[in-house]
Amino acid sequence: MSEWVAVCRLQDIVPNTGVCALVGERQIAVFRLDDDSVYALDNRDPFSGASVLARGIVGDLKGERVVASPVYKQHFSLSTGQCLEDPGVRVAVFPAHIDGDTVLVQA
Amino acid sequence: MKLVVIGNGMVGQRFLEQLVARANGGSTQVTVLCEEPRPAYDRVQLTSFFSGKSAADLNVVPAGFFEQPGMTLRLDDKAVAIDRERKLVRSAGGAELPYDKLVLATGSNPFVPPLPGKDRPDCFVYRTIEDLEAIRAAAARARVGTVVGGGLLGLEAAKALKDLGLETHVVEFAPRLMTVQLDDSGGRLLRRKIEALGVTVHASKNTKEIAGGAERRHKMVFVDGTALETDLIVFSAGIRPRDDLARAAGLAVGERGGIVVDNHCRTSDLDIYAVGECALWNGRIYGLVAPGYQMAEVAARHVAGEGDAQFLGADMSTKLKLMGVDVASIGDAHGATLNALNYIYTDESAGVYKKLVISGDRKYLLGAILVGDADEYGSLLQMALNPLPLPEHPEDLILPAREGAKKGLGVDLLPASAAICTCNGVSKGGICDAIAAGCASLGALKKATKASTTCGGCGPLVKQILDCELKKRGVDVKNHLCEHFDYSRQELFHLIRVGKLMSFDAVIAQHGRGRGCDICKPALASIFASCWNEMILKPRHAPLQDTNDHFLANLQKNGTYSIIPRVPGGEIAPEKLIVLGEVARKYGLYTKITGAQRIDLLGARVEQLPLIWKDLVDAGFESGHAYGKALRTVKSCVGNTWCRYGVQDSVAMAIGIENRYRGIRSPHKMKVAVSGCTRECAEAQGKDVGVIATEKGWNLYVCGNGGVKPRHADLLATDLDDRTLIRFIDRFLMFYIRTGDRLQRTATWLENLEGGIDYARKVVCEDSLGIGAELEADMQKLVDTYECEWKKAIDDPEIMKRFRHFVNSDRPDANVVFVTERGQIRPARPEEREEAAATT
Repeated sequence: MSEWVAVCRLQDIVPNTGVCALVGERQIAVFRLDDDSVYALDNRDPFSGASVLARGIVGDLKGERVVASPVYKQHFSLSTGQCLEDPGVRVAVFPAHIDGDTVLVQA
Repeated sequence: MKLVVIGNGMVGQRFLEQLVARANGGSTQVTVLCEEPRPAYDRVQLTSFFSGKSAADLNVVPAGFFEQPGMTLRLDDKAVAIDRERKLVRSAGGAELPYDKLVLATGSNPFVPPLPGKDRPDCFVYRTIEDLEAIRAAAARARVGTVVGGGLLGLEAAKALKDLGLETHVVEFAPRLMTVQLDDSGGRLLRRKIEALGVTVHASKNTKEIAGGAERRHKMVFVDGTALETDLIVFSAGIRPRDDLARAAGLAVGERGGIVVDNHCRTSDLDIYAVGECALWNGRIYGLVAPGYQMAEVAARHVAGEGDAQFLGADMSTKLKLMGVDVASIGDAHGATLNALNYIYTDESAGVYKKLVISGDRKYLLGAILVGDADEYGSLLQMALNPLPLPEHPEDLILPAREGAKKGLGVDLLPASAAICTCNGVSKGGICDAIAAGCASLGALKKATKASTTCGGCGPLVKQILDCELKKRGVDVKNHLCEHFDYSRQELFHLIRVGKLMSFDAVIAQHGRGRGCDICKPALASIFASCWNEMILKPRHAPLQDTNDHFLANLQKNGTYSIIPRVPGGEIAPEKLIVLGEVARKYGLYTKITGAQRIDLLGARVEQLPLIWKDLVDAGFESGHAYGKALRTVKSCVGNTWCRYGVQDSVAMAIGIENRYRGIRSPHKMKVAVSGCTRECAEAQGKDVGVIATEKGWNLYVCGNGGVKPRHADLLATDLDDRTLIRFIDRFLMFYIRTGDRLQRTATWLENLEGGIDYARKVVCEDSLGIGAELEADMQKLVDTYECEWKKAIDDPEIMKRFRHFVNSDRPDANVVFVTERGQIRPARPEEREEAAATT
């Protein structure tokens, strides 16, 4: 069973952007929105193979909160990891929450 | 069937295209004889050959056209005889070409008055590209040039001589210019305008002879005893149909020339057709391309078996721009119809003359003359052709708009049969069909129907029909940015500027909905930068930026970035070149020279970017904005400092332009180039802004593009001094920045701009909207507030915090793997990456 890992302080993430955290040998993209909700996704963009999802622009499409890959601009749901453009593609998501000013990810 | 076509001009080519469109199967063998060394080209735009277009630009033959099965083109081979008995054509090259049907599209010859001395050297006509090449060569050794003939073509030729830098004269036999199209008042105004541009007009002059001059090469002696000295002469005193082949073959010809044709464009030999300027229909020669096209279509349909195809005369209305002066003539411009009534409006201070000719019962428009402002041409022409009932106050059609007065006509009133583009024979119905088939932009319509692609005069009308039809269909004409904003980029620009909005949150709260997305966020970030020029990585702007802007570098496929420092004008001192090499070696970067005269350093990890830029900034480099929708580079040739042919210092101008506009954000990237002479080594005509040196200053081209859809730039203004050049570029760029769509390059922007280059010219050069000073001031503000983003960034610890791959570790991204190729790094392919992972 994976455990909760503290990855950074809340102020380390500019609202509406992401950072990449190293958890074990795993790269996890952690996003903070301006309502101080946090989301964690696998940082690897499945279309380019580059570890860059943390650098994407966040927003919403038809109410679904998404990050756009900075490489080829596909959108991934922040809550499910589902790619909106390709039903067959999904990236792994991880539970994330804030405790005080610490951001934690379960991986 | 064997078909022979003599002549491959615009009309001959149109015939072939119409025939191919109708031919079923490849059973027809077509042979085309063309005496010129190149296939059909746009003779209407011939003058643009001198303002930068090449012979290739003027080509009108679709790619691969003559490679179609059954199609043979014999260039440089002139027809010399028609043997009607044996039904074959003999060519100068010795070929004997049998025919079942023969089409004569031999066009016309310029008329050269039979004057003593007309055959002296450096006396030319103005018809073929070869004529123009000869004129250009002669102009190089001349100072004064004279055109004989003040008609439509003569004035075109005068513009050409002026473009070649000659002191230009026009000699006209009649008392006024453009006798056929204009009346005395219109002709007088046109003359005044043309003289103001530096062309001297000699009206009512009958040339007696051309002799040797004292000061210049020739002396033209007039019947009234006066004389004019000139170095070269261009004869443009009308045309004569080329009917010699037909005449020798015994076909019926007119008393004053022209091959007699019937309503099917057949000659007196029913197997021989004649089309275009060589054909005489109902006692008339049509010296314009549009009627020629109509004849071509009729003949093609008739040859293809459509027996009912008929030519029943054509409209001779014309609209053109002579040296920047709009001139139009519609229908019965001289009021020759019995009881016709005139309305006349003159504004001598603005240089505008307009005349309406209406029927005696005041119901219909018969004709019109417009000089100085021909914006109403399209609607007036429709009104005269269809004919549509006149409004209650016909004068409103030509008077400056009064409050409440509705101008022009509603396009909705036009019948489907209304000819909209007379050059290409496109009716309103044809345009509506194309819209129904899915064309939803002016660009798409032009491509699908060819409407507005020859003279462009009907462009505004086509756009009105498009808008009207889309509206009727309930089609969303909106170009909303994305689901978060019901506005176009242009509208948002306006809202942000007028509302002084400075953050995404403020704009989406007031004018949008939701949280935004990767479309609207970078678009608004760009607008904020264009309006307020705040540092793009300020905390409120940083989350809006695409990754390239966010890290001030260009993301590559493996997650690393490339760095392109600014090298203004492509000029770089050896010391700085060495710095680039040393930095690349220090950080193990791949280096490549870009197409834009800069040096690209690739393979930098995100955490290396600040270190690399620290070294570069210390050595005096600035951000090159290769990552931004902004000015990229200003390419230049070495100019007159070094080059034997250069006429201006293109490098200094390029550096000046690059330093002026660096960092300015725009709807899309912008590329600029400056060439030091017309050889155009900097390829300025393929750029958003192109500057080409002339003897007197600079020619300014705009809206060119390379890339997916290359577009030759349009000439916006000529012979500008340094200051005016910069002022015009200021206005042009700011106008584009304000009105462009998201990710719309200037080339597409112009193609969708109602009124096209003429409208852009009015706004930029004539300040028709009265916003010139405002555009300049806005641009100056951006210039004054420029700061190097990298210099700012490396001094800001908060920004620097973001330049690391892991928020909780200093380790680099293990997923970035390079291999060596040709002595430099490159990203590992997936299988190489796995291999590397397995061995570590």
